[in-house]
Amino acid sequence: MRHARVRHAGMDLDVAVESPELLRTADGRMLAAAEVTWLPPRHGTIFALGLNYADHAAELSFKAPEEPLIFLKARSSLVGHRQESVRPAGVEYMHYEAELVAVIGRTARQVRRQDAMQYVRGYTVCNDYAVRDYLENYYRPGLRVKSRDTLTPLGPWVVDAADVPDPHNLAVRTRVNGELRQEGNTRDMIFTIPVLVEYLSRFLTLQPGDMISTGTPKGLSDVRPGDVVEVEVEGVGVLENRIVAES
Amino acid sequence: MTGRDAWIRRAGVSAQVQVAADGAVLHGGERLPEQDVLWQVPPHGMVIGVALNLRAQLERLDAVLHDKPYGHPPRTPVLFIKPENTLNAHRAPVPLPPDASVIQPGAALGVIIGRRAQRVPAREAMSYIKAYTLFNDFSLPESSWFRPPVVTKCFDGSGCLGPLHVAAAQVPDPGTLELRTFINGELRQRVSLDDLAWVIPALIEFVTGFMTLNENDVLFTGLPAERVDARAGDEVAVECEGLGRLCNRIIPAGVANP
Repeated sequence: MRHARVRHAGMDLDVAVESPELLRTADGRMLAAAEVTWLPPRHGTIFALGLNYADHAAELSFKAPEEPLIFLKARSSLVGHRQESVRPAGVEYMHYEAELVAVIGRTARQVRRQDAMQYVRGYTVCNDYAVRDYLENYYRPGLRVKSRDTLTPLGPWVVDAADVPDPHNLAVRTRVNGELRQEGNTRDMIFTIPVLVEYLSRFLTLQPGDMISTGTPKGLSDVRPGDVVEVEVEGVGVLENRIVAES
Repeated sequence: MTGRDAWIRRAGVSAQVQVAADGAVLHGGERLPEQDVLWQVPPHGMVIGVALNLRAQLERLDAVLHDKPYGHPPRTPVLFIKPENTLNAHRAPVPLPPDASVIQPGAALGVIIGRRAQRVPAREAMSYIKAYTLFNDFSLPESSWFRPPVVTKCFDGSGCLGPLHVAAAQVPDPGTLELRTFINGELRQRVSLDDLAWVIPALIEFVTGFMTLNENDVLFTGLPAERVDARAGDEVAVECEGLGRLCNRIIPAGVANP
């Protein structure tokens, strides 16, 4: 099952996704995707990983970390599937990051890695845009780089964990205007989902709806107003959005 | 109305109450003794802290901040998020994180946003503030500011705030406030908000320049330069004239946060 949140006729609705173009409401009505605005899935705290693929770390001239590099995403930066992301005026380099996101399903405190997958309810996709011009070496990457309004597309939906038998063997791709720019596989993650759940739940309580965006493989490139960016995680979904210029 | 709101539970029921200047809790015409109420975390949206924001601290660290890995002192405010699991009420215990014997209080002024704020110029910023509160940003000792402070500042219960929302009109000049930190009743630290490198209007202009703030989002700043240690059993209080007192006791690791 795939679960999404959409706005239709002024109402925010939880829907089941029958197909990418056909949605079923809780009371059984069918809606065409063309009639709705996709919202980010329901979420709590969003943790994101930096440098969690060795090839990507090398691409940025960083040694792969020995401890997970985790930062938090501001909820104000989220947008849903097929929404717009605003590229700030006057910047040199803003890039996409296609990421598999694990969605926590029940309260997790001090969970061991061998038990961790029982705490994962499902998966979604994040495009964790970064504006590299704004990097400074304090709490890097900072909120201006990673939590700017509209620069965290999330969705389109959450796929039940049961429908993703091996989340550590999924192709991750980004296409810009149809051209393949980024391609990797979740098998190359440095810190896997159970390791991350164990690591975080050791000192903080993960709640249902909290999310861990697991980092991106190599293949970054600049995106410009007018570009249509699709990030895909095999078996989870294709999350599309369009870059627009700052007004 | 006193302009000093708080949120409590009493006999299993949540209520918004007023707090008189003498500390009495006023609830529907009743005066409640403080020990009869269970304080709640005030309503909040995102909670964002500003680190390295005292001029004295930046001066003292100047050589360090010019060195690797920083390269230069911060050119923009150094922001961090306190997520929901960290937020904790007045009088609630703060459990030590696993393997830690010491955590360090961080007294700060919490600025409560009153309405949707996007690209707000500094000269208009104060009109977006509806209230102030006290914040205590408990942290593991920080040896570096290079990576986001998740291990150091995101452990459960580490973000204490409240108990009051004091209406902005009652705090005409937050830049003159002094925050005092007490451990077991002994005054251990003072932070003067006249030492802020980025003052509150400048912070609001910077933050709303790239992210939308909404009603009840909290920005907090002040965080002392030299932190002091607190251990299990210690009672830590942050006080400020006009804003009341925020008090929490440290408890050992592994005790569930109620």
